[in-house]
Amino acid sequence: MDERKGIITSAAEGTRGILEPFWVTLRQLFHKPITEEYPEFKRALPERARGRIVLTRSPDGEERCVACQLCSAVCPVSCISMQSAVREDGRRYAGWFRINFGRCIFCGLCEEACPTLAIQLTNDFEMSADDPMQLVHEKDTLTVDHGGRHPDYDFYRHAGVAVRREPGSHEDEDAPVNPKSNFP
Amino acid sequence: MSLTQALFYLLAGVITLSTGMAVTRKQPVHAVVYLVVSFFATAVLFALLGAPLVAVLQIMIPAGAVMVLFLFIIILLGREAPKPRDDSAMRWALPGILAIITVAAGLMLIASPQHQTIPLAMAKASARELGTYLYRHYWPAVEGISVLFFVALAGAMFLVREFKPKPDAQNEEPKP
Amino acid sequence: MTMWFAGFAVLLVKMALVLGVALTGAAYLVLVERKLLGRMQLRYGPNRVGPFGLLQPLADGVKMILKEDLVPQGADRFLFMMVPAVLPLTTLLAFAVVPFGTELTIMGQQVPMVITDLDVGVLFVLSLSSVGVYSLALGGWASNSKYSLLGAVRGVGQMISYELPLGLSLVPVIMLAGSMSLVDIVNAQADMPFIVYQPVAYVLFVLSALVEVKRTPFDLAEAENELQAGFHMEYSGMRFALFFLGEYLNMIFLGAFAALLFLGGWHGPVLPPFAWLLIKTAIMPILLIWIRASLPRLRPDQMMRLCWVWLAPLALLNILATGAVMLLKG
Ligand code: SF4
Ligand code: SF4
Repeated sequence: MDERKGIITSAAEGTRGILEPFWVTLRQLFHKPITEEYPEFKRALPERARGRIVLTRSPDGEERCVACQLCSAVCPVSCISMQSAVREDGRRYAGWFRINFGRCIFCGLCEEACPTLAIQLTNDFEMSADDPMQLVHEKDTLTVDHGGRHPDYDFYRHAGVAVRREPGSHEDEDAPVNPKSNFP
Repeated sequence: MSLTQALFYLLAGVITLSTGMAVTRKQPVHAVVYLVVSFFATAVLFALLGAPLVAVLQIMIPAGAVMVLFLFIIILLGREAPKPRDDSAMRWALPGILAIITVAAGLMLIASPQHQTIPLAMAKASARELGTYLYRHYWPAVEGISVLFFVALAGAMFLVREFKPKPDAQNEEPKP
Repeated sequence: MTMWFAGFAVLLVKMALVLGVALTGAAYLVLVERKLLGRMQLRYGPNRVGPFGLLQPLADGVKMILKEDLVPQGADRFLFMMVPAVLPLTTLLAFAVVPFGTELTIMGQQVPMVITDLDVGVLFVLSLSSVGVYSLALGGWASNSKYSLLGAVRGVGQMISYELPLGLSLVPVIMLAGSMSLVDIVNAQADMPFIVYQPVAYVLFVLSALVEVKRTPFDLAEAENELQAGFHMEYSGMRFALFFLGEYLNMIFLGAFAALLFLGGWHGPVLPPFAWLLIKTAIMPILLIWIRASLPRLRPDQMMRLCWVWLAPLALLNILATGAVMLLKG
């Protein structure tokens, strides 16, 4: 009780404080709910919303992933596992690649770590399943046939498999320095 | 044996068993639970013997209020691992003697001939009769108890007043 | 012997009726609460299973049964598994003394519309309500978790506080009716429900009942935002559902109890007695839901203060006043 007010005033205010919420809730009862009903109404997601993870392909249709294990190493919940393999032409790829979406927290760190822009998060978040094992996805369900967010990027034109290319032939690569000459 | 009799002996068995369990449990909460079971059986026994009011009061006061308070205190005191029991003979001597006396007295009661003729049958005493009887014959005691309760209530209210936190500098809400 | 069997059959039918109505009522009360709360919070509430979500209770039941039944490590297994049954059990037992209509005459036999008309009906109900708290106290203790334990301690403290005003608020009604049998009490209200004579007792009863059902603003024992879920935090699946069922059965029961004691039971014009009782029973649960939507939770000490300093003395004064008036009028 506040001393500055009389007992009558504070009692009246207290009673009002108890009764007013009832009026408020009663009023809401006759309002139209503001709920957006999900399966019928889907909100547009922000462009960078993080959902299902996919493995993308470079413009020439090859798998981008070079099984460098960086995504697996950075993943805070360790839900990515893979085995690396090497093709005859020296290009590395993932023999098998597994993501356990039951554990994934969709933090996007794997996407940040990936040097080849292979692993990417998409806007699709509707991936519930009856059985936890159905949330473990293998390479065949992870791989898509497009380049995802960066359709034009091709890792092998920037780096990798150096022995098969002339020095300095990668994109954005400076011409090799001539060790025989000191002149710039 | 009539149904009433069968029920009586069944309930007596339950009461004896659960009270025994209550005495021997190491975990106090289990003891309380067994005691409550025993109280319940006692209440049913009262109902069987024609005292529904006493039966209901038996559930309400000992089982419903007193044992809940016990439980409250036991829970508040914390859950400790029960200590290993001290099995020395001296510790058992006194309870043993008491138990023997009780059993002997019970045996004598059962053996005494005049009790064999009491029939176990359903009876009924209404709350009104009980109340009238109580107030006609024991009204000073009832009034005394009610005065005691009143004093206890007043005391409790006084205690509540005393423990009101005094308004001091830290406790006060910042004035706008 | 045929008479005995007929009586037994009638008893079974009555029990089935009461159990069916009470349990269906509890299941649908959950739906009503979710719907009503939803609308009060500008949501729809469940509307997916069946038309308007009417099959939601069934879906909930199936879900609860299929859930894994977890027993936490370190829990007191036996008690943990037993106690969820206590609350629905005591509440369902209390329904045994609820009369739901006037006596019917079937084949020349008077059949009272109540499972058993105890002459200490009101006390029977009070004693069962005081036993129901065991499920909470023991469940919280047996879970061996600090939140559950705190919830249990709070729940017991709450129970000690509400019992006295709850019991005392009913005394004037018993005095007016001159009986503790619920049938007699309803019959005594044939021309005027007791709420007219005893508005104070009704308010006291509703407040104490609010404390008894342990719902907002007195849901101290489960206080979601301080104690997660309090005493039933460690329970899952059907055992949790039993606690839930007990709570909703209790709401319905208190509705019926208030209807019988204060609102005139099955007496009413035009409609059949059973319908009147159902309507009057529904008042209390809906009031409780409305209160839940509107008021914040009290602190434990505020709850105790309310019960001991306001409700209990007020109930005593009410008894005194009722007695004085009855004495003067003779
Ligand atoms: S989004 Fe995060 S949690 Fe999921 S796989 Fe990538 S790094 Fe792991
Ligand atoms: S970081 Fe990229 S390239 Fe490396 S293993 Fe993961 S997905 Fe493949």
